[in-house]
Parts: sequence; C-alpha cells; structure tokens
Amino acid sequence: MATVEVPQEKKAESTIPAPTQSTPKTITLRISRFNPSENAETKFEEFKIPVQKWTTVLEAILYVKQNLDHSIAVRYSCRQASCGSCGMKINGKPRLACYTKISELESNVVTVEPMNNFPIIRDLAVDFKQLFSTHKKMKPFIVNEESEVLPGTKEFVQTPQDLEKFLQFSYCIKCGLCNSACPTMATDKSFVGPQGLAQAYRYTVDNRDQGKKERLKIVDQSHGIWRCHFAGSCSNVCPKGVDPAMAIQLLRGYLLGFRT
Amino acid sequence: MTEQFSNREGIKGMINPTRYGLHRVAYWMQRLSGLGLLAYLIGHIYETSTILNGKAAWNNMLSLTETPGGHMVLVLVIGMCVFHTGNGIRLMISEGGKGVGKPGQPEYPYRASSLNSKQRLCIWVSIALAALAMMYGAGVLFGD
Repeated sequence: MATVEVPQEKKAESTIPAPTQSTPKTITLRISRFNPSENAETKFEEFKIPVQKWTTVLEAILYVKQNLDHSIAVRYSCRQASCGSCGMKINGKPRLACYTKISELESNVVTVEPMNNFPIIRDLAVDFKQLFSTHKKMKPFIVNEESEVLPGTKEFVQTPQDLEKFLQFSYCIKCGLCNSACPTMATDKSFVGPQGLAQAYRYTVDNRDQGKKERLKIVDQSHGIWRCHFAGSCSNVCPKGVDPAMAIQLLRGYLLGFRT
Repeated sequence: MTEQFSNREGIKGMINPTRYGLHRVAYWMQRLSGLGLLAYLIGHIYETSTILNGKAAWNNMLSLTETPGGHMVLVLVIGMCVFHTGNGIRLMISEGGKGVGKPGQPEYPYRASSLNSKQRLCIWVSIALAALAMMYGAGVLFGD
C-alpha cells in the first residue's frame, strides 16, 4: 500500500492556538405538539438535549427528530436564513429557528411553538396559503407595458439612488414572522398584513413600475393599510432587515397625498 | 376553521405589551388610554347631564368627584389625555411617512430605521409629559 510522507515542516507543532472548546450543556427543549387528525389538543413534550454554544434551535429540533422522536413535524430547508421556512415562536417571540442560537436565548428551557396567526398543519408546521395569496394580490411584479425586451430595445436604466428606494424591501424571504408578530393580524383575519403591504410598497416605489394606482386601490380598503397602527412589531422581528413598518408608513404617505 | 386550527393570538396577544420593545408598549398605552378617555367621555356626559335633574342632583354628583377616589380618576384622566395627545401627534406624523427613516441597504444586525431614536425619544417625552401633568394635577386636586 502506498504511503504519503508528510513533509518535515508540516509535522512541526502549529503556533496557531487551538479554538476554544465549548463546554456542552444540557437544556430542556419543549416542543408544541398538535396533530389535528388525532385530536385537537395542543400539548408540550419535553426533551433533554446536549447543546454547544453554536447550536441553533433548528439543530436542536433536528437532534430530537433524529434521536428521540421521529414524528415531530417541522418545515426547514436552507439552514441559513435564506428560504424563510423555519419560522416559529421561540420562547414567545417569532424567530427563524436556523438563525437563533440557543446560547443567545440565555435560558435552560427553550419552548418552540408554531407561529401565531397562521393555521397549524401539524406540530411546528403552519399553513402559508393566506400569506402567499395576499402576496400575489399585491401584484409582486413590474407592471409596465414596455417591459418586454425586444430587438432594438434596451434594459431600463436605474441609478443607485433609484435602487436604494426599494432594495431593502426586496430582501423579504416570506417567512411570515412579521405577520405573526402583528397585533392587528392577531384579531383581524382579513387584514392584508405587514408582509403584503411592504411588498406593495416595494413595487410601487420602483421607477420601472406603472402599477402604483392599481396597488394603492388594493391596499386602500377596510382591512387594508389603514388597519396598521404602527406598533413596529413586524420590523422588530424581521430577520432580514426589511422594516415592513417603514414601508407601510411610506406607502400610506402616497394615499394621504404627502408623496407623489 | 376553529380558533385553535387558525392559531390566531386574539385580543390576549394584541394587548400583550411585552416581547416587541418600546413601540409595542406605546401601541398598548395608546389603545388603553384611548379606551380610558372614551369611558371618561361617556361618564362625563352622564355626570353633566345630571344638571337636568336639578341643583340637588348636580351637587350630589359633584360630591362624588370631590372624593380622593374621584381625584385619582381625574389625575389618571389627565395622564391619559396628555400621553394620548403626545403619542398621537407622533403617530399622525409617522403615518404620513415622515420621521420613519429612509430606505437603504440593511446591514447586520439589522436595526429597523422606522424604530429609530427620534421615535423612541418622542415616546419617552410623551410618557414624561404625562407624568409631569399628573403630578401637577395631583398637586392641584389634593393640595389644600
């Protein structure tokens, strides 16, 4: 069998200090269980699990799923706060499970529940049907009859200043945390919600778009933009810095005639 | 769909002032003070309407407000009125798109511009003004 000789200098002891080892500790993970096909009662199940200082809540849930209880229903995908799938209520506040480290919660008991204001499918998985349908209603695309690129036409020119007006709002990953934190969503099931309103603003302010009138008509209704009372909770929980509360107030500026 | 399936937080979640910072507290106080002032308005209309039943009925009603309990209610009304006005002005300006910051490239750790320090200062000023007005009112009502 061939052997590989390690060069002498590589064998020398490294001068780079070894990374500090994290002391693993044991926490209690309380998971909300709800299966509508079995019974309509929510109960909590507790699991003692080992965690490191870098362990995320999603990793903790997956540890339970792998080793202790395979039946836990949880939705996740990218594990890097890009897909918006793993939104849930963690210790009472809506957060992304993949983006929340257990160490930052500073508690030995971590409680995970499905996001509020969304129908529960099972355990931690919620139904996004309403969020997506509201998003579609806002016409989340550029409305412009001349937008087709044909031979002899060019792309639209946008300055960095034009881009900056909507870029922040285009970072929305549709995780639903804002809708879950919103106090109006808590009581009004027909409310458009901060996610939809922020997206309406994102396209309205885009200088390539010509659908402002249509979108303002959509949000200017009894369960639309006027039901927002600027509690700021949506912006408080947004994991991507979208700031829906700002978008809503700026959009309202158009309707009140402060902006054109 | 039943309430449990819909998992809506309901009024319990709406009135919970914790979890989301100062803006949510201000939202809760604005709603609470609004309801309080509405209740006071109804009570006040009822109180003044007693004058229609003659001088004795009016004096009887006045004597109710001249008790320590009545004074406490009035002090509370002063506080609610001042906070609701101060915070209400902040909200009216903000809801027109003024003072909520400018959109820009968000940078980690993503502090929301709409929840900026000017907004927070306005909330604190409204609270401080309400507290000062309550103290002044208490001084006038409970003073000799």
